[in-house]
Amino acid sequence: MNWNLICTKDDLVEDAGVAAMVNGEQVAIFYVPEAEESVFAVSNWDPIGKANVMSRGLTAHLEGQWVVASPLYKQHYVLNSGQCLEEDITLKVWPIKLVDNDVYLAS
Amino acid sequence: MTSLLGSNQTSRSQLVVVGNGMVGHHFIEQLIELGGLDEYDITVFGEEVNLAYDRVHLSDYFNGATAEDLAMTTSDYYLNHGVTFYTNTRVIALDREQKLVLIEDGEAVSYDKLVLATGSYPFVPPIPGHQRENTFVYRTLDDLDAIKACADKVKTGTVVGGGLLGLEAANALKNLGLETSVVEFAPRLMPVQLDETGGAVLKEMIEGLGVSVLTATATNDIVDGEQAYHRMNFAGGDFLETDLILFSAGIRPRDELARQSELEIGERGGIVINNQCITSDADIYAIGECALWEGRIYGLVAPGYTMAKTAAGHLMRNVGAAFTGADMSTKLKLLGCDVGSIGDAHAISQGARSFIYQDQVNQEYRKLVVSEDGKKVIGAVLVGDNSYYDTLLQYYLNGIDLPEQAQSLILPASNGESVGLGVDALPAAASICSCHNVTKQDISDAVASGAMSVADVKGATKAATGCGGCAALLKKVVDNELTALGVEVSTDICEHFPFTRQDLYNLVKVEGIKSFKALLDKHGKGHGCEICKPAVGSILASVWNDYVLTNDHISLQDTNDRFLANMQKDGTYSIVPRIPGGEITPEKLIVIGEVAKDYKLYTKITGGQRIDLFGATLAQLPEIWKRLIDAGFETGQAYGKSVRTVKSCVGSTWCRYGVNDSVGMAIKIENRYKGLRSPHKLKFAVSGCTRECAEAQSKDIGVIATEGGWNLYVCGNGGMKPRHADLFATDLDDETLIRYIDRVLMFYVKTADRLQRTSVWMDGLEGGLDYLKDVVINDSLGLGDELEQQMSHVVDTFQCEWKTTVNDEKALKTFRQFVNYDGTDENVVFVQERDQIRPATEDEKYELIAKAV
Ligand code: SRM
Ligand SMILES: Cc1cc2nc3c(=O)[nH]c(=O)nc-3n(C[C@H](O)[C@H](O)[C@H](O)COP(=O)(O)OP(=O)(O)OC[C@H]3O[C@@H](n4cnc5c(N)ncnc54)[C@H](O)[C@@H]3O)c2cc1C
Ligand code: SF4
Ligand code: FES
Repeated sequence: MNWNLICTKDDLVEDAGVAAMVNGEQVAIFYVPEAEESVFAVSNWDPIGKANVMSRGLTAHLEGQWVVASPLYKQHYVLNSGQCLEEDITLKVWPIKLVDNDVYLAS
Repeated sequence: MTSLLGSNQTSRSQLVVVGNGMVGHHFIEQLIELGGLDEYDITVFGEEVNLAYDRVHLSDYFNGATAEDLAMTTSDYYLNHGVTFYTNTRVIALDREQKLVLIEDGEAVSYDKLVLATGSYPFVPPIPGHQRENTFVYRTLDDLDAIKACADKVKTGTVVGGGLLGLEAANALKNLGLETSVVEFAPRLMPVQLDETGGAVLKEMIEGLGVSVLTATATNDIVDGEQAYHRMNFAGGDFLETDLILFSAGIRPRDELARQSELEIGERGGIVINNQCITSDADIYAIGECALWEGRIYGLVAPGYTMAKTAAGHLMRNVGAAFTGADMSTKLKLLGCDVGSIGDAHAISQGARSFIYQDQVNQEYRKLVVSEDGKKVIGAVLVGDNSYYDTLLQYYLNGIDLPEQAQSLILPASNGESVGLGVDALPAAASICSCHNVTKQDISDAVASGAMSVADVKGATKAATGCGGCAALLKKVVDNELTALGVEVSTDICEHFPFTRQDLYNLVKVEGIKSFKALLDKHGKGHGCEICKPAVGSILASVWNDYVLTNDHISLQDTNDRFLANMQKDGTYSIVPRIPGGEITPEKLIVIGEVAKDYKLYTKITGGQRIDLFGATLAQLPEIWKRLIDAGFETGQAYGKSVRTVKSCVGSTWCRYGVNDSVGMAIKIENRYKGLRSPHKLKFAVSGCTRECAEAQSKDIGVIATEGGWNLYVCGNGGMKPRHADLFATDLDDETLIRYIDRVLMFYVKTADRLQRTSVWMDGLEGGLDYLKDVVINDSLGLGDELEQQMSHVVDTFQCEWKTTVNDEKALKTFRQFVNYDGTDENVVFVQERDQIRPATEDEKYELIAKAV
């Protein structure tokens, strides 16, 4: 497992997501300063809407968990596990960390 | 096959209905619902020019409602169901032996089954002079037209009869601007419903409104007046001069056909019926106000509807269908005064005892009549405040045991505690809506089968769609049922704010809160979610109108608002430039064409009179918008819960029928309100004349040109649940039109729920259209100026979001497809169809990718 520098904090949008391309895979990166983890990385692919859009969903805090709502059909996915709250589906997740101003992702 | 069809046709019986009033029409609807069209060919005769209309709300005709608004049906409905109908056609006789109905011009129509729904006529006491000119009755649209025409020319009016209808008529005369008097023969007003004190309190209230009331007054004759058109001479030697006389001295059943054909008639009139609504002739039914059941005539619509249902049921062989009487309790607002009467209002039952409460300062009077053992409500009288009515009625109808302190039911609640009866306590058989005979059980059933709101339940059961008197109770029962099912009916917007959207709006405004974080810190908990964030984002935008993509606001925006475009199924976006009023120059059309061509966008004319360009990627959005903005376009905000389009028709500038410049007004309106964020999207339309080519009556705000200016319609909707807009005001000048729209819109923004269109908002608005008119036109809440100021703030601070965005480096950065890579999304694949692109289907993608490999 290698930590790769993906972008800087300035590329992120507070309380929202951006997309990154990592080894040919699309990753949605969320920056949530209030969360313990502060950054999350899940697959950008919406398995229900079948499009690369997860990074454009709204983040939410529901019953103690940080989630993102799909922008297409509004299912919720837990950001640190990728688990969908409505269906038996899981998004791929990547280890990610914010070090000073830099965002690293492990793959 | 053909023989089957043929035999079916000939086997249908001929069913004739005489009278196309409220009950006659309801009967036809019921029969159709029960599948009656398979068995009967229906023919209906109506003497009036209009098809059935809502007589209960007849007085609205003087307050701006049109005959169309009051209509209960349309010729299309009858045509589509194969019902043969005759308007303006009186049935003059029945031939029971040959089973024929004879109509005015000598024609005869045969029947197998006949339904008489001829209603009643207003009784005019045979006072000498009662047939003079300028004397009227109050029953039909024609009557009202005649009254209006006369009232326009005179100053004073008098109603003979101080009953329920008489007082309603007096209100109408007063509203027509006449100095109004009421003359009642009995010693008090509303002698049937009220006791002596109740009548006296009501009299005082009505006199306080400037209507003079003469009780215990008999009129001897009516002759020429000196100061006015008539002079009414009274028994005691007094007299009254008045220009217009309106008789409202009770109703009499229209039983003339029954008399002529020798059906059994009651001693004082009325066609005798049994529990199945059958007359003395087994093939003839009578329903509504013409029918006499157990010696009673029912002068209300609800019992008539029950009779209609019974007769229809019986005709469809439902052996259980029966009419077994009806409750005559009533609750009314007469000349603005609350009056209610329940059961034995006069306490004449054996052993009846009463509690009485009177407040002479606030003019309130209440009497609660209880049974001999003090356990049950058997009657009540309310004057001045009807808020006690629903609870008392439920105690009465359902025989619920009274609480220890029975008097608490009519005493004013101290320190805000409520003495109302919890709907929980109502038995399943409790009647909630008497107009449509809907019980608590019916509502539970509707909720159990999926109705999730008052609107759903209304649709499923028709409850609260008659007189509307049961609406508040219905809401309580529905909420209660939902709660019982474990459905949270909390009005909190979400787990983060223990508030409704309206509360949040007020907090933002009153406390000057400018960001989500500030609101959350002060009034919420946790971190927010995809419900409260966009809702608060929208409120902040409605109130402060800041640019939505600032640091503070960007994460609040729904996906479409965040990128100022509508996301499509494949993650690409559509682009909709504003085309105000649908008017566009050839130059601008060419620009759109060129942009679409250069970026290979799918191009389509929308249902909102503008042009949508589909298939732009996230990264292309700013470039495309830059070109559009340079050519003079602005954002169409097709993505926002905000003002969408103002549809127009070509109007008086070109159209030979147009009476005003509808395009000009549409552009004016669109430019004024563009940029306004609201609880849900807003659509407008302006038509140049009553032909209504712009379909304004299906919009949130509709404007139709008239000879006298503009008619304003509000709260229409197309979409999933179409709703005709309500006529709000007529013949407005430009300035008043805009002022009213300002106020209506801002009041909606202030008070609606999140994602609630104006139509749903209106349906849930307590007091409905009249209340909204009161707030906007009469400024009853004193909010008028504030609402206008807020609107001018929004108008003054308008900015095209796309223009701001293409000039904002920071915002532009958020439109990158990837933060670390310049490529595009390979999953976005288009194929060609009819010379344009469209997203490839899953299978097509699979094939294309396979080919590429
Ligand atoms: C483009 C257009 C269809 C077209 O090809 O003509 C359209 C497209 C969409 N409509 Fe619509 N509606 C369009 C005219 C209408 C109309 C007709 C009109 O406005 O005269 C109606 C019925 C009128 C009305 O709203 O009362 C209409 C009733 C709806 C509804 C149902 C609203 C309702 O109250 O029931 C929705 C769903 C919603 O808003 O929740 C909807 C939602 C949508 C959305 C936003 C669905 C979505 O979330 O993807 C569509 C995306 C628009 C886009 O990508 O640009 N659209 N939609 C029309 C755009 C008009 C414009 O110029 O802005
Ligand atoms: C101003 C006003 C306010 C009212 N307010 C209320 C209220 O708040 N609540 C309430 O419950 N009730 C109210 N009512 C009473 C309610 O309108 C009636 O109970 C209801 O209309 C009765 O319906 P119906 O069909 O029996 O009679 P109608 O609605 O009168 O219909 C009978 C129809 O038959 C036609 N007809 C009669 N004879 C013939 C013939 N020979 N050939 C062809 N056609 C014929 C008549 O022209 C009429 O159109 C009000 C009535 C009025 C006038
Ligand atoms: S609504 Fe009237 S003015 Fe407008 S186009 Fe149609 S007919 Fe002409
Ligand atoms: S009681 Fe009249 S609508 Fe329900």
